[in-house]
Amino acid sequence: MDFSLNEVQEMLADSIDKFIDNEYAFDTRQKYAASDAGFSADVWHTFAELGWTAVPFREDDGGFNGDQIDIMVMMQRFGRGLLVEPYLANIVLAGGILKRVGNAAQKQKWLQPIMAGQLQASLAFTEPQARYDIANLATTASADGTEWILNGQKGVVFNGGTSDLIIVPARTSGKQDDESGITLFAVPTDTAGMSLNAYHTVDGLRAAELSLKDVRVSGDAVLGNTGDGFAALDETIDDATLAICAEAVGIMQVLKDKTVEYSKSRSQFGVPIGSFQALQHRMVDMLTACEQAQSLLLWATMTAAEGGAEAKRAVSSIKYLIGTSGQTLGEEAVQLHGGMGVTWDLDVAHYFKRLTAICQLFGNADWHLDKLAA
Amino acid sequence: MHVDFSPEELAFQQEVRAFFRDEYPEDIRQKRDKGMELEPEDQIRWQQLLHKKGWAGINWPVEYGGTGWTPVQKYIYATEEANANAPLVIPFGLSMVGPVIYTFGNDEQKQRFLPDILASKVWWCQGYSEPGSGSDLASLKTRADLVGDHFVVNGTKTWTTLGQHADWIFCLVRTNTDVARQQEGISFILIDMKSPGVSVKPIILLDGVHEVNEIHFENVEVPVENLVGEEGKGWTYGKVLLQHERANIAGVARSRYRLRRLRKQVKSSVRGAAPLIGDKNFMRRLAAVEVELKALEYTELRTLAAVSSGKAPGPESSILKVKGTEIQQAIDMLSVQAAGYYALPYVPEQYKPDFADQYVGEEAETQSSLRYFNFRKASIYGGSNEIQKNIIAKHVLGL
Repeated sequence: MDFSLNEVQEMLADSIDKFIDNEYAFDTRQKYAASDAGFSADVWHTFAELGWTAVPFREDDGGFNGDQIDIMVMMQRFGRGLLVEPYLANIVLAGGILKRVGNAAQKQKWLQPIMAGQLQASLAFTEPQARYDIANLATTASADGTEWILNGQKGVVFNGGTSDLIIVPARTSGKQDDESGITLFAVPTDTAGMSLNAYHTVDGLRAAELSLKDVRVSGDAVLGNTGDGFAALDETIDDATLAICAEAVGIMQVLKDKTVEYSKSRSQFGVPIGSFQALQHRMVDMLTACEQAQSLLLWATMTAAEGGAEAKRAVSSIKYLIGTSGQTLGEEAVQLHGGMGVTWDLDVAHYFKRLTAICQLFGNADWHLDKLAA
Repeated sequence: MHVDFSPEELAFQQEVRAFFRDEYPEDIRQKRDKGMELEPEDQIRWQQLLHKKGWAGINWPVEYGGTGWTPVQKYIYATEEANANAPLVIPFGLSMVGPVIYTFGNDEQKQRFLPDILASKVWWCQGYSEPGSGSDLASLKTRADLVGDHFVVNGTKTWTTLGQHADWIFCLVRTNTDVARQQEGISFILIDMKSPGVSVKPIILLDGVHEVNEIHFENVEVPVENLVGEEGKGWTYGKVLLQHERANIAGVARSRYRLRRLRKQVKSSVRGAAPLIGDKNFMRRLAAVEVELKALEYTELRTLAAVSSGKAPGPESSILKVKGTEIQQAIDMLSVQAAGYYALPYVPEQYKPDFADQYVGEEAETQSSLRYFNFRKASIYGGSNEIQKNIIAKHVLGL
């Protein structure tokens, strides 16, 4: 048992910390978030140059063979900096599918440019009716000779509006919520019949509703075996869940630190508000929530990285904890900042909004608690 | 970063497991598994078996007869000990006064007291709280006035756990009243319970059990060589002891064992239409506590890993105490809810050794409420959880 980072992880952590401290101040983040694309193309290229976009991919695909622990190290720091760059959409989600089931040609065509920071991709993992059940797919793909015709609706596709490529899970057989009969398609967004309605999300990021109307793709678009897409989809979503939990822990620590700092500098009744016991105990609860979340994140991530029977339980455990104690911590941070906490200008509000969004992603607290209770 | 044990650690785990399988006395095991009370002799016999194996001073440095175990070894040991449902070692000697003596005592005191503590030859108890000094412990009024070569002790200590069996008591006493802060002028002294003027009065807790006592000192003469460390520095020593105590009472391995038993119980306990496992609300509550406990397990491991062996745990141990006792009490309540009506029968006599009458309910059921009531103490003792939060606010958050 060992909680220390290895040499590569230390270097990675160090370089991300430096990047955030030197180049990613909160107002810079706000500027990127408000830009047309919703993130900085320059920053994204820097990510690629530093090799961050290659971390979770196999060495023979040109990656660094990173595992969930490496992603945790990165995402926790991205959370601290409240980064808007689409690491989750490109690398963890779209990249997660491509690395698992893409063939050599598909990796060459899609994964290489993703790793090089030259192509934006995303995964359409949910549909309006599906809620958190990733197997629930009304989108269909029917074979037409060697081609496929896709029809359906996808909801809240992260970075869909800026993507060149969207990976679309579609039903090729079975009932609407069967795990079998799901096939994964790599569909360029400029394919006829693809229409995207892009919007902002509450956390300063971007997403899109995608409608597919008689979208015709060739057999080359099929990732993995026909009808066997669920496993790759499921594993990728588990990775993504862990990744956003790491991001959440980074955010929680910032919110806790900023709240404690603020309580020392803000005076009322002639004394710093941090001298009031009613507030002190609440900040202690915030600290405890951070420590507990950090601890469980380490366990969950290490357990998932080992694979095995406990991995699913680990993912649900950390997502449940973030969804409960993380949400509460965010609310407390806002409350203890008083009126300032509910203003757009204060960074705390934006950390809180991202944390809230994370709590809704890939299954909320109740969804995961139900899995644990079974 | 990885979760698995090294081959050496796995071998150690096997050794500990084998020890509990082969050396843990069958009669004590049966009493424990049936929820029966242990006699003080059972407790001592077990602790002496641990001593024979060299495992009495888990946290002690090797030079004083401790194990010198790594944090992971301690974790493995605690897990196996809990899984065997072995009795907790009485902490007052081995976990509390022992560390104070080997850290702050003189050589004569180390030679005189430490071997008997390790060998469980002397039963120790704790004289900290007083009727007027609970959370505000430093306001304590028990006096020790130096008269020639001895102190004369007068005052009252309270909440003294198992003091009715004790041979010796360690006390925080006031040796100087002319001080700027009440934390000054306090000394740490050791008192023979057989000294004239010491009397023990039982306090019965809400579950009907005689567990704690009030100890009165009336002109009790204590030789000056029983003063540990410097006169007037007792508060500092006492705080170190409390940090050991707090880290110990998180009880992670025990809570894990109890949750596992509950998981079994919900499958087998059928009253009415279906086993409890079909009760979604109950199962959700159970799962939520499991998550909190898993997190605490790793918080404890992180704390252990950060603390180099032999060094006292810092104020972070307060987090373990607060969260650990909250979890214990949550499990207590789950057990009551699992028992339903059978949380009601108050039949303590059926857990005495000579009980020959008919049992009421299942052991896990009729004991659940008694345990629930008794362990409301957990968030109060060792410094109430509110005091722990004051400590964290001051020493960790800098408020």
